[in-house]
Amino acid sequence: MKRILAVDDSASMRQMVGFTLKKAGFDVTEAKDGSEALNIAKQQGFDAVISDVNMPVMDGITLIRELRTLPNYKFTPLLMLTTESGMDKKVEGKAAGATGWIVKPFNPEQLLAVLKKVIR
Amino acid sequence: MSIDLSQFFEVFFEESFEGLDAMEAELLNLVPGEEDLETINTIFRAAHSIKGGSGTFGFNSVSDFTHVLETLLDQIREGKRELTAEHVNLLLKAVDCLRALLSALQAEQDPNLEDAIALRIKFEEILGVNQSGATKVAAEKQPAQPEFNTYQIDFKPHHHLFKTGNEPLYMISELAELGDLETLAFHNELPDITDLSADDCFLSWRFFLNTVKDESAIREIFEWVEDDADISITLCGGLFAEQQQATIEEPAVENIESSPEVAEVAEVVAVNPSKKAATAKVTTPAAAESTSIRVGIDKVDSLINMVGELVITQAMLSQIGEQEITETTIASLQEGLAQLAHNTRDLQESVMRIRMLPISFVFSRFPRLVRDISQKLNKQVELKLLGEQTELDKTVMEKISDPMVHLVRNSLDHGLETVEQRIAAGKDPVGKVTLNAFHQGGNIVIEIMDDGQGLNTEKIKKKAIANGLVTEADELDADEINELIFMPGFSTADEVSDISGRGVGMDVVRRNIQSLNGSVEVSSAAGVGSTFTIRLPLTLAILDGQLVRVAKHTYIIPLISIVESLQIDISKVSRVGKDLDVLRLRDEYIPILRLYTIFNHQGAIETLDKTLLVVVESDNQKIGLLVDDLLSQQQVVIKSLEANYQKVDGVSGATILGDGRVSLIVDISGLIKLSGLRKPGSQELIIESKASLEAS
Repeated sequence: MKRILAVDDSASMRQMVGFTLKKAGFDVTEAKDGSEALNIAKQQGFDAVISDVNMPVMDGITLIRELRTLPNYKFTPLLMLTTESGMDKKVEGKAAGATGWIVKPFNPEQLLAVLKKVIR
Repeated sequence: MSIDLSQFFEVFFEESFEGLDAMEAELLNLVPGEEDLETINTIFRAAHSIKGGSGTFGFNSVSDFTHVLETLLDQIREGKRELTAEHVNLLLKAVDCLRALLSALQAEQDPNLEDAIALRIKFEEILGVNQSGATKVAAEKQPAQPEFNTYQIDFKPHHHLFKTGNEPLYMISELAELGDLETLAFHNELPDITDLSADDCFLSWRFFLNTVKDESAIREIFEWVEDDADISITLCGGLFAEQQQATIEEPAVENIESSPEVAEVAEVVAVNPSKKAATAKVTTPAAAESTSIRVGIDKVDSLINMVGELVITQAMLSQIGEQEITETTIASLQEGLAQLAHNTRDLQESVMRIRMLPISFVFSRFPRLVRDISQKLNKQVELKLLGEQTELDKTVMEKISDPMVHLVRNSLDHGLETVEQRIAAGKDPVGKVTLNAFHQGGNIVIEIMDDGQGLNTEKIKKKAIANGLVTEADELDADEINELIFMPGFSTADEVSDISGRGVGMDVVRRNIQSLNGSVEVSSAAGVGSTFTIRLPLTLAILDGQLVRVAKHTYIIPLISIVESLQIDISKVSRVGKDLDVLRLRDEYIPILRLYTIFNHQGAIETLDKTLLVVVESDNQKIGLLVDDLLSQQQVVIKSLEANYQKVDGVSGATILGDGRVSLIVDISGLIKLSGLRKPGSQELIIESKASLEAS
């Protein structure tokens, strides 16, 4: 079973993403900010990480930058959840090592469709 | 796969309201010109989360509105715009507006959008955008082309592509989903095996795609790697086969059109089943009242721990039960029962703790309230919150909020002076209001203190005389006069302002607090300030009770209201009026109430010196309850009489005793009223009886 780490400070978004991915057959671990996610990611391996950008303690961009430097996450798809207004965030995220982005708002079907680009 | 999003609504609403509370609190901390980035960030994140969630869950009215908020905050955050006081005010209004929108949506009603639209226009004026901006973009979108087109797509990833986490194979299979796909792979850049770095991508591709989709659909597939690859997409027109012929001339190309890998992927895509997801039905609660409660993991853990202990004790007891009864088994049985009692009590405490929330839930609404009111009154006020982490039962919390709002309003309106008055009195022009909460015994105490002018005793007395509550002849000390403000229909404000004194008097405040088994008192010093003290039981569900016997019946007196219990010294009893006995206890006169008369029981001990007197206090008034015997003290679970039977005067509830009998819980202030000791509209019984006693 493919393992995905879902990171969002909003509980409802986290639940929605987590629930959708679990239904699609993924093994999902949730984290509420970048720092918590980084710790979890260091201890376990994941096939993909989906992270919100704006979070307290450690934001998504920093998380992605940190993850990309870890040997285990060299090739791992790292996706960020962003809003349409955040075009510059996409550039920033790419520079930090993000694989791609998912534009909010999205529904579960869209999430899975986008995910198919990087993990199957 | 279809997923019913409504199952996440409740969590979304809950966290959105929390986010709004946080926004509000942070906004109130903001001083334009000296704002710090983290505060702005916190506010931005809250708005951002609400926008993201509402968009995702289909609450477009909320996400549209939040969008302008977010844009403004983003500009401030990025330093592109300076924060002004106007912004803060507008943002606070937006918080109110969002709260209203979300509440309506939570109650499954259509929200009233008028305010939102008006407010949004104001934001847009600041931002300098026109509303047509969004629709323009949508109109530019090309209509779908119905006919087939063939595109030639050249895709040459840069070496580092794999390190972005992207996977060309998946992109190719995405392409294959759009239509008929022919694939050519170029491997001519592959270095010798000795120079090969496995981390890098050396392959490139050319695709011919025959599809009804337009170019943007293809671009979307490569969206994430636009900067990590050379991509060109050209419309070939013509037929698929012809194009293919024309391109096979390149020498270094190996046609792997039927590359097994790609074919396999395409197949997988083709059979990708449309799974039918079971849609979970969620019954959405209709009431806006919060129906769920967040509990810290530590509390749940300790509960589980205790249930574990309970199970062990139960196992131990049942093991003893199987043995033959001997002296040793009885000893261990007793030990086990003691253990059980201990476990039960711990468990009970832990369960009660689940309902306990820090009082900051109530306190947190005051900074805003104080800010708004002080602006309206043109007073300068500093609000200090102490003991915010003091925990209180959720039900009590919900009910104490309104009385507290009333008291704080009063302090601001009547208590604190204007800036000029304060300066004239040699005080700091900024008035101070302090909310303080702490635990004391089994109670929570909430103090509302101000450093204003204090209660005007002269004015209160005059007013009370005018209303016929007291007479000119009554000699009242300051505390007794201050007590008068809790009388029905009392208001000292010269004119009724819209801050306080809108008909809801202090008597309602006191009644509401009393209905929670609590009390409220005031102390005040002229020119120094006044303090209102609210005392509340930590929970409404359990009460420490003193069991007493009256004839053959057991009653429960709340332990908290008992001052002392004593044997009556018959020589100190005198009769007042035709049937009221009064005991002189030290310097006080305590009227004696015979519970057997009140509850109409036969066979109780009637001679005063053979019975016991329990002196209780309510509303600063002491009375003695005549009982036959004092039994044990224990915690009792309160069952509502109103819910199970009907309201009974003099009784606040019932409980079930260990032997299964029902026992009534005595309502002290109800008893005083019932026995007619307090004349309607008059406060002090004792004053009166004292006066008449001294006269005789």
